[in-house]
Amino acid sequence: MKEKLRSIIFKVLPPVAAILLVFGVWVALCSFSDIPKNILPSPEAVWKAFWDDRELIFKHARVTLIETAIGLLIGIVLGFLSAAVMDRFIVVKKISYPLIIVSQTIPTIAIAPLLVLWLGFDMLPKIVLVVFIVFFPITVSLLEGFGSVDADTVNLMRSMGAGRLKTFRYVKIPAALGQFFAGLKISVSYAVVGAVISEMLGGTWGLGRYMTLVRKSNRYDKMFAVIIVISLLSLLLFWLTGVLQRITMPWEKVNEKRRKI
Amino acid sequence: MTALEVRGVSFSYDNKSNTIENINITLNKGEIVCLLGVSGGGKTTLFNVIAGLLKPQQGSVVLNGEDVTGQSGKISYMLQKDMLLPFRTVEDNVAFPLILKGVKKKEARKLVGEHFAQFGLDGTQKRYPAELSGGMRQRAALLRTYMFGGAAALLDEPFSALDTITKSEMHRWYLDVMEKIKLSTLFITHDIDEAVLLSDRIYLLGGKPGTITDEIVIAEPKPRRADFNLTEAFLNYKRLIVSKIH
Repeated sequence: MKEKLRSIIFKVLPPVAAILLVFGVWVALCSFSDIPKNILPSPEAVWKAFWDDRELIFKHARVTLIETAIGLLIGIVLGFLSAAVMDRFIVVKKISYPLIIVSQTIPTIAIAPLLVLWLGFDMLPKIVLVVFIVFFPITVSLLEGFGSVDADTVNLMRSMGAGRLKTFRYVKIPAALGQFFAGLKISVSYAVVGAVISEMLGGTWGLGRYMTLVRKSNRYDKMFAVIIVISLLSLLLFWLTGVLQRITMPWEKVNEKRRKI
Repeated sequence: MTALEVRGVSFSYDNKSNTIENINITLNKGEIVCLLGVSGGGKTTLFNVIAGLLKPQQGSVVLNGEDVTGQSGKISYMLQKDMLLPFRTVEDNVAFPLILKGVKKKEARKLVGEHFAQFGLDGTQKRYPAELSGGMRQRAALLRTYMFGGAAALLDEPFSALDTITKSEMHRWYLDVMEKIKLSTLFITHDIDEAVLLSDRIYLLGGKPGTITDEIVIAEPKPRRADFNLTEAFLNYKRLIVSKIH
């Protein structure tokens, strides 16, 4: 019991201390420096700004979350399909892999306004941008994961009479889960930011839109509030991904324990 | 009764020089036959041919009277490493060949569960392979091979990765289990002691390309006594094999 308590303290203490430190510097800067209050609002002012606008912020956040979720879902499905096809047909991989990498070198901030131009001011261009962001890490991580299955395992599967499809379903997919979740964690963090950037460039709803409005009216307290909301949303999705991973990969618990010994 | 027959099999990876040439092997029902030879002599290649993973340029593989040349999924095959899937519990690993054949998960678990005690694996059903020792993993791998239910089994150096003490323990366990399940087995080793200790017959594989150079019958009755490997008879077999290899 004592052991457990100690390990929890060791786990929780460092990040909490780091957050408190940042908070402390923030409070100190507000109280002891000459930076005007409207440029660097104090924590209380930010909290008040959030509380006063909470209903509006939640409405905007809802839109951003919906865009993110739909984009993530489509991105994961497309990434899975393309990784599966590339794993099966090496020619397809040779043709499309360079294109996929090049697509990632295009800054999202550059294509976001184009998407708005082509697809209008509704959710669609935002969702497309999220898909664009999510697709790459999911495809790459799954492809690596599928490839991590060694030839001996494939041979064993064949000797047991399993064809490609069964090998894929029973061996390659579970073997790729670890890498998939690593890719998904990157994806969810960028997905929220992607949706927000897209909203800033055009539209009527979403946290990005809210951010543009409060910036234009020089309300930096509200700006800070919405930045924190966006961070918290990303963190929440990141955490949920971790929970999902622990549920779908129960064997990892055992391996983790062994690694510690 | 013949369980498995290999008739004049030759195989080449590059269609120029043969890796194995004109291999003839017979495995009778319930027999343990060993293929003894140096590493890199083409033993695993021969096994891959018998398992149907490679198609031989010449010759045929006959299982229970049926020609299965180049067909995989007919013979139980245990590869060198235990090859247990880390993301399946021991029970689900062992039941895997049944699940691949379309048996329902619950039913498959029940079927394999009946053999856990016999194989000395009781209590490991819900564990993951990473939690098991090398010897236990090997037992699970053999049970999985058995559950596949082929008319014959191929074991590729099943005990070579284990330390000496675990190995001799596994030998005793293996002979004990085989007495009960009577699985017709062809197994590879480069360990002369292991070959004499476990098998009813030994084929010597040597040369380049690999051919069967000799066949030795180990007439010691089974079940073998625990100190067989300390007897004069054992040493005589060993001397005979050493003289034939060199």
